[in-house]
Amino acid sequence: MVPSKFAYHKPTTLKEAIDLLSTHGDDSKILSGGHSLVPVLKLRLNDPEHIIDVSGVASMGGIKDNEKSITIGANSTHAEIANNAALKEHAPMIAIAASMIGDIQVRNFGTIGGSIAHADPAADWPAVLLAADANVVISGANGNRTVDIDQFFKGLFMTAVGEEEIITAISIPKSAFNKNSTYVKFAQPASRFALVGCAVAVANADGYVTEARVAFNGVSATPFRDGNVEKSLKGSVLNGDAIATATASVADGVSIMSDHFAAENYRKHMAGVYARKALSALA
Amino acid sequence: MKVPVSITVNGKQYDKMVEPRMLLVYFIREELALTGTHIGCDTSSCGACTVHLDGKALKSCSMLAVQASGKSVTTIEGMASGENLHPLQEGFHMEHGLQCGFCTPGMIMCAADMLKNNPNPTEEEIRHGLEGNFCRCTGYHNIVKSIQYAANKMQESA
Repeated sequence: MVPSKFAYHKPTTLKEAIDLLSTHGDDSKILSGGHSLVPVLKLRLNDPEHIIDVSGVASMGGIKDNEKSITIGANSTHAEIANNAALKEHAPMIAIAASMIGDIQVRNFGTIGGSIAHADPAADWPAVLLAADANVVISGANGNRTVDIDQFFKGLFMTAVGEEEIITAISIPKSAFNKNSTYVKFAQPASRFALVGCAVAVANADGYVTEARVAFNGVSATPFRDGNVEKSLKGSVLNGDAIATATASVADGVSIMSDHFAAENYRKHMAGVYARKALSALA
Repeated sequence: MKVPVSITVNGKQYDKMVEPRMLLVYFIREELALTGTHIGCDTSSCGACTVHLDGKALKSCSMLAVQASGKSVTTIEGMASGENLHPLQEGFHMEHGLQCGFCTPGMIMCAADMLKNNPNPTEEEIRHGLEGNFCRCTGYHNIVKSIQYAANKMQESA
């Protein structure tokens, strides 16, 4: 398979990249690792006239360990994130999810910025970023803006990023719930995409849950947090009974995807199974 | 419109004019006639096209040749030194790690990355590490043994 023709640009600064975006607008696409975009181009699901390769923009790379947060540059690969010591310590679910994406080859070159910009509902990043209360830094001609992750994913392959904007970083707060967190997934056996992916982050004080964040990808066209499960867990002692009660009706009222890999009722059932698996790992 | 690329493949630098839409795997196979790198699924699933880019395993059907410009590629043809097979090549020979052989170059390139980061993997780690490589003869059992052979040999000579 061969993509349609396009012109290739390789800016070395963010300003240059944004200028190119402003010039070419919706005729252009941003490329970082290319592991979401190149397959899309090959299938000709999209045929932009201009590709802007931001992999050489140094300010979009690297993982910074700050006092109250960890900033992940959008160009960071899944492998870099999986192996990052600060993330392993302060938000283990982020490193765990990264280590479960695709395979060795995909993790070596696929990037977090590219993956969330693509917003595949079966990708692994949405659930952990929702559970982590992450912020997405987006840059455009008017400077930077920060979008709360709850406002970022807008639907199937849709996000809050504007046509002339670039995701430059993802910020993960250092919080009690992120320190005690994990991610589990029921993977499609060939593609490793999530049929169900569940991220959980739980803060405890004196043995009682003070805050629980439970999020899913793969289940619905838009990744989501399950407020009913979170509310049920709050104030409880995280044990088998509390988990069983809280996960009795996971994803209620959510529009659930159905395809030839997993029908709607099966997916909903497995969302409950994987929520119990994830929470049990923290109990 | 063609653009210039400069890609080092197996230690030799190639300066060529290519269309930006050319995939790296086609650059390797059609521009350089290095046909050891195979195209299987062409959808980043099967791993037959795995090469190394700056030392890391990559599915070369999922990257544009222009993205690799200024970088260094190793293909299966670059693994042996002269007449001496790479321990992984020797392992696949000794342990009968191939049947039809179509997946073998990709298996070896992926396994080389795996062993670089984990020189002494367990059987489970090897099987997990191969999740991006398909063998449709389903010869995984001997592929795992071949990689174990190579891991042992590389440990001995380390």
